[in-house]
Amino acid sequence: MRVLGQIVRHLLLALGGVYMLAPIILMLASAFTPTADILAGRYLAHPTLENFQTVAQQVPLGTYYLNSLIVCLATFALQLLVCVPAAFAMARLRYRGRNITVWLLGLLILIPFQVLAIPIYLIFRQVGLINTLPALILPFVGSAFAIFLLRQFFLALPGSMFDAATLDGAGTLATLIQIVIPASRPALLSLGVFTITSAWNAYFWPSFVLSDSSSATIPFGVVQFINSDAVTAYGPQMAMATLSVLPLLIAFLFAQRQFIRGLALAGQAG
Amino acid sequence: MSAPVHIRAVEKTFEGAKRASTRILNEVTLTAPAGQITTILGESGCGKTTLLRIVAGLESATGGSVHIGERDVTSVHPSRRGVAMVFQNYGLYPAKTVGKNIEFPLKMAGVPIAQRHTRSLAAARLLHIDHVMDRLPAQLSGGQRQRVGIARALARDPEILLMDEPLSNLDAQLRIEMRAELVAMQRRIGSTMLYVTHDQTEAMTMSDRVVVMRGGHIEQQGTPEEVFRVPETTYVAAFLGNMNLAPAPASETGAGAGITLGVRPEHFLPADRVAAEPGDLRIEGRVEFAELLGTDRILHLRAGNTLWRARVDAALPLHEEITMVARAANLHRFDTESGVRVAA
Ligand SMILES: Nc1ncnc2c1ncn2[C@@H]1O[C@H](COP(=O)(O)OP(=O)(O)OP(=O)(O)O)[C@@H](O)[C@H]1O
Ligand SMILES: [Mg+2]
Repeated sequence: MRVLGQIVRHLLLALGGVYMLAPIILMLASAFTPTADILAGRYLAHPTLENFQTVAQQVPLGTYYLNSLIVCLATFALQLLVCVPAAFAMARLRYRGRNITVWLLGLLILIPFQVLAIPIYLIFRQVGLINTLPALILPFVGSAFAIFLLRQFFLALPGSMFDAATLDGAGTLATLIQIVIPASRPALLSLGVFTITSAWNAYFWPSFVLSDSSSATIPFGVVQFINSDAVTAYGPQMAMATLSVLPLLIAFLFAQRQFIRGLALAGQAG
Repeated sequence: MSAPVHIRAVEKTFEGAKRASTRILNEVTLTAPAGQITTILGESGCGKTTLLRIVAGLESATGGSVHIGERDVTSVHPSRRGVAMVFQNYGLYPAKTVGKNIEFPLKMAGVPIAQRHTRSLAAARLLHIDHVMDRLPAQLSGGQRQRVGIARALARDPEILLMDEPLSNLDAQLRIEMRAELVAMQRRIGSTMLYVTHDQTEAMTMSDRVVVMRGGHIEQQGTPEEVFRVPETTYVAAFLGNMNLAPAPASETGAGAGITLGVRPEHFLPADRVAAEPGDLRIEGRVEFAELLGTDRILHLRAGNTLWRARVDAALPLHEEITMVARAANLHRFDTESGVRVAA
């Protein structure tokens, strides 16, 4: 009976695994198969790199990668610059209206980005940010979720550590930089993974503010490429899709633990 | 090198929710003499930590003042008071090595790097942790962590050393060792030490002066001998040394109604070994329970409505009925209503 239960359980899990992995395997297989073979269902019958060559000829890959890299790193750097001090203030400093700021923060978390997208778009159009890299970065800097997350982490740090720092003569800035930030490495790494993966994969917002490929990031490029070409050029399309996820896959292999922690946040962020 | 701490009429009220405020400290006045160990002893929640934090400047007093030597430090920043503090749960910087933890106050004070190293190493040597200077706090035992906390406090040569139950997270054996070590260390560096504890043994063995607190006010202060020998209230008598307290049997001592009689368990003597004198307390009791403590035994004697504890030699033969005598000089009398000592 128990053995049977085990078998059923594992079968179900295996089925789930196949369900999750099948599209990815299909993507990888198609990327190395000529389009004609794909249409005939003969995956990897004649493995080839041709699809990648086609992509490289038709798509400004270098520009896309560079744009994506800039957007990811700048978003993360600015996130740190804004959210760490804000979260620290809300967790540890006493100032008038502190309760209101914390309350407002909670409110902000509840507002989905989609609601804000159009007002932000209108502002950006006013100030001429459409089709620029800053337009892809600025809306995601100072996110309420990141501030909330860091604030929770800072609140959990032992109070006596802060008392010791005060007695040792560390001011607010020295406490933040020399004590709090080093003690928060796990939280900051998780936030980094979360910020960078969502910036890398973002499509909704770029599709709003980009109309040409000069400032395009990878996902925008993928969709543009799929739309531009004949709908049936599956081989090159899958090669392009593979190229778009490759950097994150490699990063994942190198830092699995941090990734899993950071991606768990993505679930909470909703 | 060291200075006395004068705490004068310090009050503290915390503003609670809905305008409700609770008074935590009430007219606390005490002096911690220069270069000595003063212990603040009291039950959990009586305000010991709050008082210490006010001396450190981590909390502001609602009223009263704190002087260090001649200097009024009531509104001086914590780092400029010349005080260092050791915390119950260590308060170490988790991302810094032991060495960097100890050096941190020196770094903040702008001490040149070479001097920082020698001074932190000296402090670490004093506490026997110079072999773990490169480890992170998470890689240390509880005892070692507390040593780091103490070494960090010592690194700046503070005039005043504040300790908030530094040993309460350590196991019993280590606590006894550290107790002696802390006293030896304090004698060596000569700082004024204010030591908070709820452990009466720590207070009795370590201090030059004991301050007994209860519910935000000072119940009694003096040398450990004074406080133990002449407790001013029933609270102190029971808290320090667990004195027997019972309504005085009017027939025995001539004491009137409303008097509580106090006898320390160790002051009871078997009646057949002493000649009774006038004024002595005589208890004829039935042994309800006996606890063996090694060389001594605690007898729980039922006499009328009162259960007395008597500490006797373990070799004393146990009978069901035992008569005990306490010398007149060893009897304490308190007003039952107020709990305050009445002169004999
Ligand atoms: N920030 C605060 N706000 C409100 N009340 C507080 C605050 N800090 C302490 N108290 C209250 O003050 C009282 C005394 O606290 P304190 O920490 O000084 O006690 P303690 O004698 O150190 O106790 P323990 O032995 O448990 O450490 C407690 O009743 C506590 O609830
Ligand atoms: Mg306390």
